[in-house]
Amino acid sequence: MSTRIYDCLKAIGEKIIENKDFLTDLDREIGDADHGVNMARGFQAVIEKVDQDNPDIGAALKKTGMTLLSTVGGASGPLYGTAYMEAAKVFAGKTEVNGEDFGAALDAAIAGIQKRGKAEKGEKTMLDSLIPAKDAFSEKLAGGASLKEALDAACVAANEGIEFTKTIAATKGRASYLGDRSIGHQDPGATSLTMTLETIRDFL
Amino acid sequence: MVGLVLVSHSVKITEGLKDLTAEIAPTHKGIISAGGMEDGAIGTDAIRISEAIRQANDGDGVVVLADIGSGVMSAETAIELLEEEDINVKFADAPLVEGTIAAAVSAMVGSDIEAVIKAAEDCRGAKKIL
Repeated sequence: MSTRIYDCLKAIGEKIIENKDFLTDLDREIGDADHGVNMARGFQAVIEKVDQDNPDIGAALKKTGMTLLSTVGGASGPLYGTAYMEAAKVFAGKTEVNGEDFGAALDAAIAGIQKRGKAEKGEKTMLDSLIPAKDAFSEKLAGGASLKEALDAACVAANEGIEFTKTIAATKGRASYLGDRSIGHQDPGATSLTMTLETIRDFL
Repeated sequence: MVGLVLVSHSVKITEGLKDLTAEIAPTHKGIISAGGMEDGAIGTDAIRISEAIRQANDGDGVVVLADIGSGVMSAETAIELLEEEDINVKFADAPLVEGTIAAAVSAMVGSDIEAVIKAAEDCRGAKKIL
């Protein structure tokens, strides 16, 4: 029997692989039409390479990050790879998840993505879903909600983030070459990020 | 001698640039083409780049050059992965082709890593038609 963390990462991978064409089509509108293909290739490798028997969440997240770095190929490789590796530090040696650690891992992931991509909120990137998701998560948790309830609020905020990306122009990455023509399209990175959070919520 | 690691989404770009550099800076040693993915596909791989940095290092340090987009992000990630190791590795914020040639010529004559980076970065904004 595989561990909970492996099963959760596998569920995320399956969700991404299932939506490969959808994510790639989104990226075709404003990017280089590779987000779904690249992420699916990366998570296929994650499903194959992460140790199914080691319950150490930090070790599994670190392996996920390293695998994404070497298999995704496009910008999502270093961005998601760094996010998972930073989150891994919070969970090093831990085999259970609580709200406090999950919030700290989201913070670490945000900091890692910002360091790597030099992006802020409002630039039509994955951060437009992730930062509001983290804020909603922390607010709920502080109000006494459970991890799952807080994640529910995070997913609502992440989806609102996707809608927000439709209203703004990209200033980072390939989409920034399009200027205002990127308005009206939702950001593929914000979309895959939201799928990730929803999968974790459904898994818990 | 300061080593060089070349990063691009295309392995043909970095292989071609390595060949060109060998012509122009023939006595430079330690230039590694780290473009593309392991299987030759278009993309960049931070793990592959970090291995290239180890390979390019003879103790005098390594300068990494990249072309566009996430090649830069993967190069920076690769450098961070080596933080714990005793390798003096730095990214040169320079155009890949011009910067690599300048860096190789500088390294070939025995410059230290800072001088090699400066030679590469001095190519920024160089005019081609005066």
